[in-house]
Amino acid sequence: MPKTPDSARSDTAARPGSTRRGLLFGGAAVSATALLAACTSNEPTKKDKTPATDNRPAADSAPGKKVTIGFAGPQADHGWLNAINENARNRAKKYADVTLDITEGSNDTAAQIGQIQTLINKKVDVLVILPTDGKALTQTGLAAMKAGIPVINLDRAFASPQASRCYVGGDNYGMGLNAGRYIGEKLKGKAGAKVVELAGIDSLELTRLRTQGFDDALKNYPNITKVARQAAEFTVESGQAKMAQLLQAQPQFDALWNHDDDQGVGALRAIAQAGRKDFLMVGGAGAKSAMDAIKADNSVLKATVLYPPTMSASAIDLARALGQGKGIGGIAELEIPASLTLYSAVVTRENVDDYLPTGFN
Amino acid sequence: MTPPDLTKAAPAQVAAKETASKGSSRLDVRNLSLLGVLAVLIAVGGITKPEQFLDTGNLQLVLTQASVIGVVTVGMTFVITSGGIDLSVGAIVALASVWATTVATQEYGFAGILFTAVLVGTACGLVNGVLIAYGRLVPFIATLAMLAAARGLALQITEGRTQMVTVNSVLDLGLPDAYVLGIPPLVLVFAAVTVVGRLLLNRTTFGRRTVAVGGNAEAARLAGIDVRRQRLYLYLLSGLCCGIAAFLLIVLSGSGQNTNGNLYELDAIAAAIIGGTLLTGGRGTIVGSVLGVLVFTTITNIFALNNLQSDVQQIAKGAIIVAAVLVQRRTAHDGT
Repeated sequence: MPKTPDSARSDTAARPGSTRRGLLFGGAAVSATALLAACTSNEPTKKDKTPATDNRPAADSAPGKKVTIGFAGPQADHGWLNAINENARNRAKKYADVTLDITEGSNDTAAQIGQIQTLINKKVDVLVILPTDGKALTQTGLAAMKAGIPVINLDRAFASPQASRCYVGGDNYGMGLNAGRYIGEKLKGKAGAKVVELAGIDSLELTRLRTQGFDDALKNYPNITKVARQAAEFTVESGQAKMAQLLQAQPQFDALWNHDDDQGVGALRAIAQAGRKDFLMVGGAGAKSAMDAIKADNSVLKATVLYPPTMSASAIDLARALGQGKGIGGIAELEIPASLTLYSAVVTRENVDDYLPTGFN
Repeated sequence: MTPPDLTKAAPAQVAAKETASKGSSRLDVRNLSLLGVLAVLIAVGGITKPEQFLDTGNLQLVLTQASVIGVVTVGMTFVITSGGIDLSVGAIVALASVWATTVATQEYGFAGILFTAVLVGTACGLVNGVLIAYGRLVPFIATLAMLAAARGLALQITEGRTQMVTVNSVLDLGLPDAYVLGIPPLVLVFAAVTVVGRLLLNRTTFGRRTVAVGGNAEAARLAGIDVRRQRLYLYLLSGLCCGIAAFLLIVLSGSGQNTNGNLYELDAIAAAIIGGTLLTGGRGTIVGSVLGVLVFTTITNIFALNNLQSDVQQIAKGAIIVAAVLVQRRTAHDGT
């Protein structure tokens, strides 16, 4: 260690260097820690935070009987699940007659069963359950129904229809179908068109369904061939890595469908790094960053297919209606339907403003 | 942080070279066999997809994709050589990458991001080192605890969101305009870390102490080596490598996410082991580890170019790991 000028006025300790070094290092460590601690904040300095929620009025927002809704979901460890929780919370806040009892999210089936059991014991009026694993929570759903608490099963389906009063969920097959149709229409009349698919985690059934829907849609367009498919892992890192490989493998293609906007951040990065602009890209899920890019219209990303996180807000609407013994407006039925599969809308530059408030970070 | 004894290494080097030459010929055989595996892979790639595989762009791609995990593996090689293990590397990369991409950090620009990533990585390494060297925790347990804690903290910081990098100087570093003579900056960092790591392990007292601690910690202690301090430095070094890797990953992906660095610990350990580093400690080779990383990255590349799906990829990867280790052991036996 080089001597500093001020070492001239050295103290008389046996090992002056080591104490000073210790002090210096300690001081540096303390100030570095202080600096670092200041860096964990994610709050923007300017107040430009827009809530990722839907503000459209519910069918019947006139106050009625008081309802307590229990909500149990997985750990919000990525943008979409985070948006699910936020949508549920914000929707419940809009109703003066709704009390929301929301559990700490958990990815552990046993823990989630315990949380739901607690909600049953508390005698909530209606339960909304987004299971970590739908099949594994079937018994818990049944137990709640037997205890006289109607269950709304959100997105990941139970194994038995007896375990819930109503199912609300997204349409993975429909996502693929609509992505394929959009690309098909865009490439109509182009002979020998080539399409590439960047899928999500291959071991999940939802990925298979999305691919199936995509392939089925493309069958309607004989001029299009899917030339390559690689599976990423819903993460930015894997999206970048797999897309970089796909771009190297396919020097020329006309369209790309990416299953997930989170991994799409990485995919767009790989596309920029490869300097490619010669194709159109369609995303999936509906992240705010993707919608911003579609609106700005300055990248290959031209559309994204929704897997709407607003479904949890709809589930709160339905739970409230169930608790108050009402139906939903706009249809002839007196009762709430047993199943509600949401439409995977295609968000493009034309309609992006309608969907932007639902985009998640 | 440089160990104080590094300067003393110079006079001892002549003697060291003589003793090292015997050992290094065997290591070279190991590296040579891995080079053989790599040559086979290149032949397979060249035959199946000649235009796309044998292409400058593809070489840049493979090396870039190898650089993040490569830097982590260099740090891991030191730890394994000393008889330890670091299961927390992936989690540390995740934590460093999200800490360095928060809105608050990004206000400090390029330097803030780089500084934070490296410092967070090193600090985690320091905690690992202190727990293992002075808290007497088994490395497996201490770093497993760090894995859980760092991942949790990363999730807490991001709340599951993807943190986009808005600092242009960082983003530009990953684009083709930043390439130096056709070499991406990420690859240059990877190369620099490899060279420094190789020199540190093979040409310095620090390196020989690492090998000595891994070979027989008790003998090393009796020989006057401060085993505990050495261990502290090694985990610190691994953390530092994770910090550097986190910065590379930020440049590569243009973002920070708590899912970053998923299963890096397994990839790094596998690369080091097929490279010829002994899991039990006492022998390590940086060049072998880097070749191991390149083998894995090349396999992924060839599979993707041939449009093989992930199920086939995983089966083949497992088979190739076993084959590589078997081939290598055979040649190593023949060589000695």
